[in-house]
Amino acid sequence: MSAATKGAPAGQGATLQEANASIRRQHIRHYAVAYGVLILLALFFIFPIAFMIAGSFKADTSVIADSGSLKAFIPEPFVGLENYQQAAERGNFWTSFRNSAIISAGIVFGGLLINSLFGYALARVPFRGKGLLLLIVVALIIVPFETLAVPLLLIMAELGWTDTLHAQIIPFLAQPLYIFLFYSFFLGIPRELEEAAKIDGAGAATTFFRIAAPLAKPAYAAAGILMFLASWGQYLWPVMVTRSVDARPLPMGIAEFQGLPPRDWGDIMAYAAMMVIPLLIVFIIFQRQFVRGVATSGLKG
Amino acid sequence: MSAIPSGGAEVAAEVAAATPIRPPQKQRSRFTADTVTGWLFSAPAIILIACFIILPFILAFYFSFTNERLLSPPGRETQWIGFDNYARVFNNPRFWTALTNNITFSIVVVPLQTFFALFLAILVNQKLRGVVVFRTIFFIPITVVMAASAVIWVVLLNPQGLINAFFEIITFGNFSPDWLGDPAYAMAGIIMVSIWASVGFQMVILLAALQDVPESLYEAARLDGANNWQQFRNVTLPGIRNPLLFVLTITTILAFRLFDQVWIMPDRPGGPLDATRTLMVDIVDTGLNQQAVGRGSALSVIFLFIVLAVTIVQRRLVKQEGEIK
Repeated sequence: MSAATKGAPAGQGATLQEANASIRRQHIRHYAVAYGVLILLALFFIFPIAFMIAGSFKADTSVIADSGSLKAFIPEPFVGLENYQQAAERGNFWTSFRNSAIISAGIVFGGLLINSLFGYALARVPFRGKGLLLLIVVALIIVPFETLAVPLLLIMAELGWTDTLHAQIIPFLAQPLYIFLFYSFFLGIPRELEEAAKIDGAGAATTFFRIAAPLAKPAYAAAGILMFLASWGQYLWPVMVTRSVDARPLPMGIAEFQGLPPRDWGDIMAYAAMMVIPLLIVFIIFQRQFVRGVATSGLKG
Repeated sequence: MSAIPSGGAEVAAEVAAATPIRPPQKQRSRFTADTVTGWLFSAPAIILIACFIILPFILAFYFSFTNERLLSPPGRETQWIGFDNYARVFNNPRFWTALTNNITFSIVVVPLQTFFALFLAILVNQKLRGVVVFRTIFFIPITVVMAASAVIWVVLLNPQGLINAFFEIITFGNFSPDWLGDPAYAMAGIIMVSIWASVGFQMVILLAALQDVPESLYEAARLDGANNWQQFRNVTLPGIRNPLLFVLTITTILAFRLFDQVWIMPDRPGGPLDATRTLMVDIVDTGLNQQAVGRGSALSVIFLFIVLAVTIVQRRLVKQEGEIK
């Protein structure tokens, strides 16, 4: 554009410049609108989190009192970490945190191993009965957990697993969706390396752990992130299967703490902040993987 | 990655077709070894699926025809009672309240949230400096556990809270309901949290779909003189048809699974006056609180059929496109 202006004869220069200026104005207007909309939307998504963080540093009575004005976002009167201490003590935060950590770690690591092994066998190992197994796995993808919850609760009671951590881990290890995800991923990677390993005399386990699994890193990342998000946020099942503080994960913990008199909203916001902020930091660091993982679930779902 | 439509049988058929079948003669020498390996690798998952998916699935159907209870008093025998559970469920007005609430919720949330997600996806798909920052921000609520979101929004939705401050400004003080306390507005409050908390998920799926539409199609459309709307209508929408249908399906299914928010946010689960009681609240209330496993199972089976119906409708729509091609 600017080259054209420079090269133009003096007479036409003025009109061309005017035209350029108008295009530029249009561009600026377009950008202004686009960024304006983006910023407004960003405010909509961020304000509850800003509110939570400000509230977590505020005197308990001010959280509700200030909740209708912009003062809601200013941590005054500032009480330091007092709310956090209260949330930890009265709300048994660390017990629930430990429970959630054990449950999620168990589901993610156990689930990745079990589901990828099965997915690999279905994709690569020729064995009798595999076609039927694959059909069953695929058909089970659409069965929602909600349908199984009530009878599963009875099974837990029969096994004596009610109110334990393993009742919140073991039933969620094998999941048809992730088996299918691994299955289709393993189908898509070239066989040659595995076959070379086999010719070199490597056993099936070695071939899987040394060759195939490392090639499937993106599938492990996507499945791991999805398993983590689902298990970390699970609320329905703990409501049904836990009774005591000792087995309660964080989502149960915060719901119970919210109903526990006295309702000190500063403490509740501090509890929420302790739950949310670590994950938020992890997400911001690994946001590319997170977004890709979730997008994968959509396409494979 | 290619888009694979969700839903059992169709995927199963595709997969079965894609499964390589090795000629048995070639494999004879390794056949036993491979069979052992295959079953060893599969065993942990198969055992777990049998115990914790297939068994409860069968039991759900079986219990729904019995008067099974969670903790049976000694000497009480479980009896086969035919369709009594289903009759009791269908004669219970609270079941119809719950179903109506789920349907209301989905009728509002599914179009609204999908439209909003598509709008966000198109916004962050623009070539603008710093657009990734906005994509990250829009996605943030996905990482906030729903229970925590629910608790935060209890404060935001209180009668003197920020949401009402906003509505008072835009209506000049004429609108400030008690969102979670008033049966007329409770579901609207729940809808706000739900959209805030989960629209980022749909956005990401649609964004991936938008990026899969080949740029050359847009170039061709522009050469033909198509304006922005025509490009959207004739290139974008057909290009993201299946992911869009998938998003509509999954959002509908998620709408029927509505539980965390309505259990946590009102003063009592599903309240006030059953205004936010959903099928899931009904299932937990029946199966756990009333310990009526039989009736809870009947509800679970009904729930399954609703989810299946939604999935089948989506599959039909996806198939139709295949026929046009």
